[in-house]
Formats: sequence, structure tokens, C-alpha cells
Amino acid sequence: MTELVFGRPRSLTRVPMHYCPGCTHGVIHRLIAEVLDELGLQGRAVGVAPVGCAVFAYNYFNIDMYEASHGRAPAVATGAKRTHPELIVFTYQGDGDLASIGTAEIVHCANRGEKVTVVFVNNAVYGMTGGQMAPTTLAGQVTTTSPLGRDVEQAGYPVRMVEMLAALRTPAFLARVSVHSPARIIQAKAILRRAFEYQVKGTCFSMVEFLSTCPTNWGLTPPEACRWLETHMLPYYPLGIFKTPEGPERTPAPLESLPDARGVQAVPAAAAPTGANGETGE
Amino acid sequence: MARKLMKGNEAIGEAAIRAGCRFYFGYPITPQTEVAEYLARRLPEVGGTFVQAESEVAVPNMLYGAAGTGERVMTSTSSPGMSLMMEGLSYLAGAELPCVIVNVMRAGPGLGGILPSQGDYFQATKGGGHGDYRCPVLAPWSVQEVTDLVQDAFDLADFYRNPVLVLADGLIGQMMEPVEFQEDRRPCKALPDKRAWAARGWKGDRPRAIINSLFLDPEDLERHNRDLKAKYDAMVRDEVRFAEYGTDQDYEVLIVAYGTVARVCKTAQEDLAEAGVRVGLLRPITLFPFPYEAVRRAADKARAVLVVELSTGQMVEDVQMAVMGRRPVHFHGRQGGMLPSPEAVAEQVRAILRDHAAGPSARRRASRRGGAS
Ligand SMILES: Cc1ncc(C[n+]2csc(CCOP(=O)(O)OP(=O)(O)O)c2C)c(N)n1
Repeated sequence: MTELVFGRPRSLTRVPMHYCPGCTHGVIHRLIAEVLDELGLQGRAVGVAPVGCAVFAYNYFNIDMYEASHGRAPAVATGAKRTHPELIVFTYQGDGDLASIGTAEIVHCANRGEKVTVVFVNNAVYGMTGGQMAPTTLAGQVTTTSPLGRDVEQAGYPVRMVEMLAALRTPAFLARVSVHSPARIIQAKAILRRAFEYQVKGTCFSMVEFLSTCPTNWGLTPPEACRWLETHMLPYYPLGIFKTPEGPERTPAPLESLPDARGVQAVPAAAAPTGANGETGE
Repeated sequence: MARKLMKGNEAIGEAAIRAGCRFYFGYPITPQTEVAEYLARRLPEVGGTFVQAESEVAVPNMLYGAAGTGERVMTSTSSPGMSLMMEGLSYLAGAELPCVIVNVMRAGPGLGGILPSQGDYFQATKGGGHGDYRCPVLAPWSVQEVTDLVQDAFDLADFYRNPVLVLADGLIGQMMEPVEFQEDRRPCKALPDKRAWAARGWKGDRPRAIINSLFLDPEDLERHNRDLKAKYDAMVRDEVRFAEYGTDQDYEVLIVAYGTVARVCKTAQEDLAEAGVRVGLLRPITLFPFPYEAVRRAADKARAVLVVELSTGQMVEDVQMAVMGRRPVHFHGRQGGMLPSPEAVAEQVRAILRDHAAGPSARRRASRRGGAS
């Protein structure tokens, strides 16, 4: 008898993926499926994939799936998780989706501490619509809507979402990983597994940002794209674990200890406004 | 159960709980915030969940996630919030997810005001969100009726796998009236089993649940559109609701009005009757599907039709479509939170009759009277 030592994860269907050659969406899909299999979650996992290159994720994950509108996956995940807390709910979002149109939804999903897992795929462009500038596009990076390179005077600096969410007080697990090399892929899977484990235990919100390649829209071959990620994205988007639910709170130095603040009196907090119908319609 | 004095907004909340809704997602906005406040208090008592969302953009997406697991879910809002929900509403309709959305309308456009209005009729009945969809729209005229309609809305939503809108004006939300909850209430529709499609984790015992509105293949999408159309046709065939007052007798003018405005018109009708002027009143309860046939039949018995609305004239277009030019259709509207008085409505009825007696050119003048038209 031969023993199967490597095969397709049960949590993936047999449908061939539509992704471009060298795109890392496929790798990330597989990592999710492997983690679901290993943790025995296929029967209670629910994925939410909004528009973006992964809009057809419901064809690939062999589990119950939602397709969601652009940016709103964290709200959809909130709805599903709140009705059935025993479900293991994850979103799969691009950087245009999560860091631009969906900023309100991701920030408040994280801040409410929804016990869901967010897989955030940062490829520094809007992939599906053909390579436009994303909030994560690097300074100087040429895209179809930044033909002279991203001008930070006009477009601001690329948004670092993990760092931004790490500033919230609500406990969370937040990490950034990459999938541009086999060693990084193995690491990424371990981190992703940890993110799902927090959800299984009901501990906290978890998000893993995956640095990802887009050879087609970057205009590079797949090996060149991996090198480009390494030389350009890694310095701006450091890999690591930025927040754990067990980790210490970020405590700033008290103002009084700073030289400029001498003589400044602490202002007592104003009494909370009372009255039920305070709104005037503004 | 004994009758209980309740504020409309609280009655909406209680009705949802009676209907088995255990999940509410919402964002505060006057004049319906008491629905959220009531449910924030009540839902935990019955093992339910209240979530204050970050915006009305997020709300219908939370409904999408929650309804997708097969639970009864709802939200409530007022006009500006309803505008923000249009994206999500279109997705809910496209993915065929049942849910109830209550819009306690306030005056617009823009930030407008916080007083009652019926300015969202077009938005509710003619689309609002993108794409080719319809939602049943239920329009209550009293606190008791909103209580009943909210419960029916959940049954209709489940039966048709479609969002159902309850379109109330600010008066319904704010006024207090006696309410009775029927203890042995039966669903108004046969309720389908949601387990066949709900996303509750796939264990291989059914096809995978895919909650989705994307159909990139045009043939597939057209088939989907036609399936939806068949559903909307069934609503048109089976769900039309309206009430008539004094239409079993002869009358000269037919008034058509919905929501609380119909109560003003009813008073006008009674006042006119005392003065010997006979008026019929037809009150649409479903705005989609609109009672076209009932309006046409009732209009045929009258010499002229008067539509009264808290808008510059929206439902009047459906009445014109129903009447198809067979009778003159006049309009009386107030805006901005102003309400028509029974006297003003009665006066316009008299003017219509006077001008009608005087001939066609005077009739044209009469149709332009009233607060606006
Ligand atoms: C409301 C709305 N605006 C715009 C679009 C068009 N759109 C589809 S995908 C997309 C960008 C996706 O980029 P990203 O989230 O970075 O994911 P990727 O495709 O790179 O995986 C846009 C703008 C849309 N579908 N809906």
C-alpha cells in the first residue's frame, strides 16, 4: 500500500484557480486550507471574500462561503459570528479592499474585538481592476493611476494597517508575514495557525497581513516579483508579530514628565451629557 | 393580552422580538433611535444580541452575514441612514437574504430635518440601490398596525428570501397608542426551511452554502434576474394590501393616502360627510406591490382623485399609472415636516368639485392647488 504524504487539503475544492502565473493568492489559499484541515475546522469554517482578485474564493474553499461587497467583509463576518459564535469565520481581503474602501469596517471590527480572523493580502496594488494605486502602494511606485510614481505629497505615505490596528486598546493578535520564499511560507503558516487558534479559543480578533506578489500588474516575471517584494516591500513593511492578546499595553510617558508640560494642570473629565434625546438632527 | 400604551418605536422593537428576531444591528438616528435603545435593553433578556454598528454602510452588511446563517435579523434607521444602506440592500436582494429594515422617514433632502416625511417613497419602491431588484414595502398608519406589519415583514422576508422594508413616517415612531400583541399569532406565510441554504458550517450533508450575488456569465445572470422577477411577480400577485373607507357607497372624490397622512384624510372625509360631500378613501398598505387595480376600480367610481402626501408628489405617480388618465388626479402635499390639516384637505376636495362643475380649464387650475404640486 502506498501512503499519501502530500495532497490537496480537504478544505480546497478541485476547481482550478484563475490566478495569474506567479501570483501568491494561490499559496495563501492553500495555507488557509491546510490550517483549517489541521485544526479540524472544515465543518464549521465560514469564509468571507469580498471583491478583488479573490472574489471567486467561494469556488476554491471547500467550506460554506460568502461573497461580500467591496470592503465590507469585516461587517459580514461580524454578522455571521454574532449569530453563530461556534462558527470559525474568516475574511480574505485585498489591500484596496481593507485599507481603502473598508477602513471603517476593519477598524471597528478589530476594535469591537470580534472573534474572527482576517487574512489581509497586501500586494501593493489594486489587482483585479488592473493595477491601480492602492493605499499600500510604495512611495515612487509606478501604477496605472500613479504613472509618475506614487507622490507622497499628493497621495500620502503607504498605510501600514497592522501597525495602525496595533494602536487599539482592544486585545488582538496582529502579525505581518510574507510568502515570497519557501522559508517565509512555512513561517507564515505557523502564524496563520496561531491566528485561527485564538479564534477557536474565543480569545480575540486576529489579523495576519500577507505581503504578496502581483507579477502581472507589477510588470515583472514571478521570480523578479519575489525579489522586488524582498527589496522594496520588506524594508517598509517589516515582518513580525505586532500585538498579542497577552502582550503589554502601549503606555506613553505621562505628559507631566515632559519639560514642555510643566505647569499644565490636568483637566477633570467633563460630566457625561445627560438626556435621552440630545440629538438635534445634525 | 391586555392592551398596552406604547411608543411606536418601542412597539417596533417589541414586535421584532415577538416575531422571533434575536439579532439587531443599527446606528443611532432621530427619529427612530428608541428602536435601538429598546432592543439594546430587551434582546439580552431573551438571549439575543444587539450590535451598535460603526455606520449605516456596515449595518446591512452585518445583516448579510447574520441573515446568511439563516437567523431572523433586522435593523431600523431614518432617511439619511437609509441612503447609506442602499449598497448593502442591493447585495441582500441579489443574494436573496431575508431581513427586515424599518425606515422611520424624516424630511429631506440632505440632512433635511427630523420631522415626519414621506420623501423616501421613490427610494423604497423604485429601487434606491443599484441593479434590478424589488422589496416588499409595508406602510403602517398606527402604532398597532406597525406592530402587526413588522411581524408580518419577517414572515414575508423568510417566505420570499428577500429584504422587506417597513416604511413609517416619524409620527408613527414618536406617538404613543394602545397596542395589543396577539399571543397565538400565526405566521402570515408558510415558512420555508432555511437549513438548505444557510451558511452554518459545511458537513457534507448538503451542497456547500454560497451566499453570493456575483454571476459573471451573462446567461447565468439573466437567469438569476428572471428567477428574481418571478419572485417579484408572485409578490405582485399575492401580497397586495390596502384598506378602503367609505368606498362601498357613492362618492364624488377618491382620496388616496398612506401612513399617518391617511388619518388626516379620514378626518377630512368625516368632516365632509357631515357637510354632505361624499368622499372615498383608499389607503395603500403595501407600497410595493402597489394596489393599482384597487385604485383604478375605486377611481372609476369617482369624478376625480386627490392624492395627499408628505412630499412634493411621489406616490401620485403610481396613482396616475393606476388611473391611466380616466379621471383627473389632483395632488396635495406638505413638506419639511409640515402636516396637512383636515381642513386644508377638505378645502381642496371642495375646490376640485367646484372647478369640476365649472369645466375643463378650471379643472386644470384646481389640480395645481394645495401646498405644492
Ligand atoms: C463599490 C465598489 N467600488 C469599486 C469596485 C471595483 N473593484 C473591484 S476589485 C477592486 C480592487 C481590488 O483590489 P484589492 O482589494 O487590493 O485586491 P486584489 O484585487 O489586489 O486582490 C475594485 C476597485 C467595486 N467592485 N465596488
